[in-house]
Amino acid sequence: MSIWEYANPKRFMGWSGTVLPWFAVLAAGLLTTGLVWGFFFTPNDFRQGSTVKIIYLHVPSAWIAINAYLMMFVCSLIWLIRRHHVSALAAKAAAPVGLAMTLIALATGALWGKPMWGTYWVWDPRLTSFLILALFYIGYIGLWSAIEDRDTAADLTSVLAMVGAVFALLSRYAVLFWNQGLHQGTTVTIADGAQQENISTVFFVPLLLSMGGFTLLFVTLVLLGTRSEVMERRLAVLRKKAQIL
Amino acid sequence: MRAILIRDLRLSFRAGGGFGLALVFFLILIVLTPFAVGNDPVVLSKVSIGVIWIGALLACLLSLDRLFAHDFEDGTLEALVVSPLPLEMVVLIKVIVHWLTTGLPLAVLAPIFGAMLGLPAQAGLMIAVTLSIGTLGLSAIGGFGSALTVGVKRGGLLLSLLVLPMYVPTLIFGAMAARQTASGGDPTIALTILGAITLTGIATLPFVAAMVLRMNVR
Repeated sequence: MSIWEYANPKRFMGWSGTVLPWFAVLAAGLLTTGLVWGFFFTPNDFRQGSTVKIIYLHVPSAWIAINAYLMMFVCSLIWLIRRHHVSALAAKAAAPVGLAMTLIALATGALWGKPMWGTYWVWDPRLTSFLILALFYIGYIGLWSAIEDRDTAADLTSVLAMVGAVFALLSRYAVLFWNQGLHQGTTVTIADGAQQENISTVFFVPLLLSMGGFTLLFVTLVLLGTRSEVMERRLAVLRKKAQIL
Repeated sequence: MRAILIRDLRLSFRAGGGFGLALVFFLILIVLTPFAVGNDPVVLSKVSIGVIWIGALLACLLSLDRLFAHDFEDGTLEALVVSPLPLEMVVLIKVIVHWLTTGLPLAVLAPIFGAMLGLPAQAGLMIAVTLSIGTLGLSAIGGFGSALTVGVKRGGLLLSLLVLPMYVPTLIFGAMAARQTASGGDPTIALTILGAITLTGIATLPFVAAMVLRMNVR
């Protein structure tokens, strides 16, 4: 029994159907706990005031925005190498979620930036790379919807995801040359958290909960999207059969 | 291979091929700039490098959608795919022809247009150099984008959406090298990275584009 058998569409529909409600409930639970805790039961930051609380939306959505692209990259690679249809469909389902998360991260960042930096938008490397990431997502979704043949569409979007990943990374470091940033560096370091405490535990625990909640929300939405894609394909096959008969 | 090179060059020079179109588009953009930003020489000379680079970028984009589209529609592309010629080589030739007919003439004319916008004289040569290196990379990236959208009817808009984000690194380093020269700095680093991006693009992207073309004619 290899792990690939879970990618068989029939099996996929089976197991994803059973775990989906659990993931959804867990995601809702974690999100409510994390966000309510973060918004109402943490002290205001001594310099930033209550605006610091937007972090509970900003950081998790940015984290999903990047990891969604990573997941699309891996799924596209699996499709190109092993031709598992579910994999290609999962990549397709992840793109709109990733785009939404990118936009949430940009919007919350802009709202926070107005009182803190004095401006909604600056051409800072991180902000600019996120904008470029959003453009990549839009192009990817556009290519999926423009090509009629499903397998060709899966092939082409997979290649786009590969090449796009290279260019996304390249742009990420190119903009560093172009402009030194206003955005702070990474504060949420889980790996070396023990050595130095960048962020107080009072803020950190609800933030972790919220990040977990966003991750589960992403998984739920992608599973849901993939399931509806599989169903749509089955429907198309049934329609074709009905026409022949 | 030489036959393809000559055929494509001829096709692009003759009517409807798009040669000259890009240049005129570029010229119009330069003419429109003073109307938009005002005729203050100081402001013009400040934005001149940016405008020239953006203009070159868009002019390259203008003729991209017909890079493979005509051959795809009349079946030439299928013949090329099954022909003993390596498809990667065909793609490379088409990319080079695209560069010879859009990027290179633009780069040659850019110092003149730059002078019209009050570009400092020492930056004139540099903008020609950065443009001629950069547009070759743009043509390679565009070849990949054009291969992706070859089967899409009226795919021009989608093509721009796919290709423009990938133009970002080239634009950053190309314009940066020219700006640094204009302000009396040393452009070596930016120029080296620009060259690296172009060389990597021209060495790898024809393979990817050929793969994509095979997927499209399958």
